[in-house]
Amino acid sequence: MAELPGTDALLDNLESGLRREIAQRWIGDPVMIGIHSGGAWIAERLHARLGIREALGKLDITFYRDDFSQIGMNPQVRASQLPFRVDGRDILLIDDVFYTGRTIRAALNEIFDYGRPAQIVLGVLLERDGRQIPIRPDCVGGMLKLSPGQRVKLTGPDPLALSIFGDGG
Amino acid sequence: MTAQDLQLDRRGRLRHFLTIEGLSRELLVTIMDTAESFSSVTEQTVKKVPLLRGKTIVNLFFETSTRTRTTFELAAKRLSADVLNVNIATSATSKGESLLDTIRNIEAMHVDMFVVRHAQSGASHFIARHVAPHISVINAGDGRHAHPTQAMLDVFTIRKYKPDFHRLTVAIVGDVLHSRVARSEIHALRILGAREIRAVGPRTLIPADIGKMGVSICHDLDSGLKDADVVIMLRLQRERMSGAFIPSAHEYYASFGLTESRLVLARADAIVMHPGPINRGVEMDSKVADGCRSVILQQVTHGIAIRMAVMSMAMRLDARRETP
Repeated sequence: MAELPGTDALLDNLESGLRREIAQRWIGDPVMIGIHSGGAWIAERLHARLGIREALGKLDITFYRDDFSQIGMNPQVRASQLPFRVDGRDILLIDDVFYTGRTIRAALNEIFDYGRPAQIVLGVLLERDGRQIPIRPDCVGGMLKLSPGQRVKLTGPDPLALSIFGDGG
Repeated sequence: MTAQDLQLDRRGRLRHFLTIEGLSRELLVTIMDTAESFSSVTEQTVKKVPLLRGKTIVNLFFETSTRTRTTFELAAKRLSADVLNVNIATSATSKGESLLDTIRNIEAMHVDMFVVRHAQSGASHFIARHVAPHISVINAGDGRHAHPTQAMLDVFTIRKYKPDFHRLTVAIVGDVLHSRVARSEIHALRILGAREIRAVGPRTLIPADIGKMGVSICHDLDSGLKDADVVIMLRLQRERMSGAFIPSAHEYYASFGLTESRLVLARADAIVMHPGPINRGVEMDSKVADGCRSVILQQVTHGIAIRMAVMSMAMRLDARRETP
């Protein structure tokens, strides 16, 4: 069984990773977007910690998923809220767990339907193995190796906690 | 086979959308919530989502319509579906082809969904019973029977202004007899728990048995409007009237036309709705139609989101992957 790191330490790591990225890229006034729902919880905390000026954006990528024709409509879908124009902006995109990369592909497609950002930095709380497409995060809070049958899920928003479930064999 | 067996799968999800009757409150709320989440699409620079990319939706309109057909078309396009508008007036049906032959031929073009409007009550049920299993059918109005997406966009509009249906008194005014909109609205409002639904109109235009649907009947406009939270005006459907249902449009307006002075009887925050097209000076005065309590144009906008929700919820999944 893989050891599950605490969310506080992961958040600290992710925060310093993002600060480093912001400094290296000379980003002066970033905006932040969290992916519903776990990514938005993480983003709410980072948004405050990094003192970002504009309100947090939230993205529900349901309408952009690549498996709609297999699983159908998710009845819990919510409207995305981007309270700023994305054109020309430096965006910090935040999610909870990075796994196959498909969620990020969907999120990037959705963001580009809102406009043309200058750049996007991807930060995730936890990266696990199992990437399926050539997309990877810029900043991670931590990494985890799991067996293919296992899933890791973030519960929250208060307290934030990661748990592993599924077949570990 | 009942409409419910036909329009829901074994897990209670939409297969077709034919009638409001018999649907659960939860499903109606899910349709409205899904429509709500589609509202952000219009804020995007690219006003569409890739949900139904690669799907083909056929608008099969055997009866003329502008608003319903164009909002269905726009909804399908905002979902990235390809849309085929089949104009039946100029199609082979007018050359004697049967309805089933028309359906079979369009099916052979590998389409995924039919949006059907037909003058005959039950036409979309008939088509839903006979289409290939991978095709879904959406009823866009059949005869006097049902117009479920119009009812959904109406309750969705009501919910925006008055979220608690249990407190609402709704007056449905006018030609209830010929109105599939009224029938579907009554079902939807009953399922959502509206406190009181009134059918208001002359005796000739209110079906005698409408009370069985849990509706109170008023034959004069003033008592029908009293303390109403929502006033839904219906179009006088003269194209469906074969005899003398009303003495004249002028006299109808004198008795049942909605004016500012009459609207005073409704609650101060009442909203006024109309499914369109409006006959100004017949069903209502222009001052009401264009006034601050009118939400008629919002209804049109909401129609797109509701149709996006219904089409995406009813779209068949890939047969290879569908759970049995």
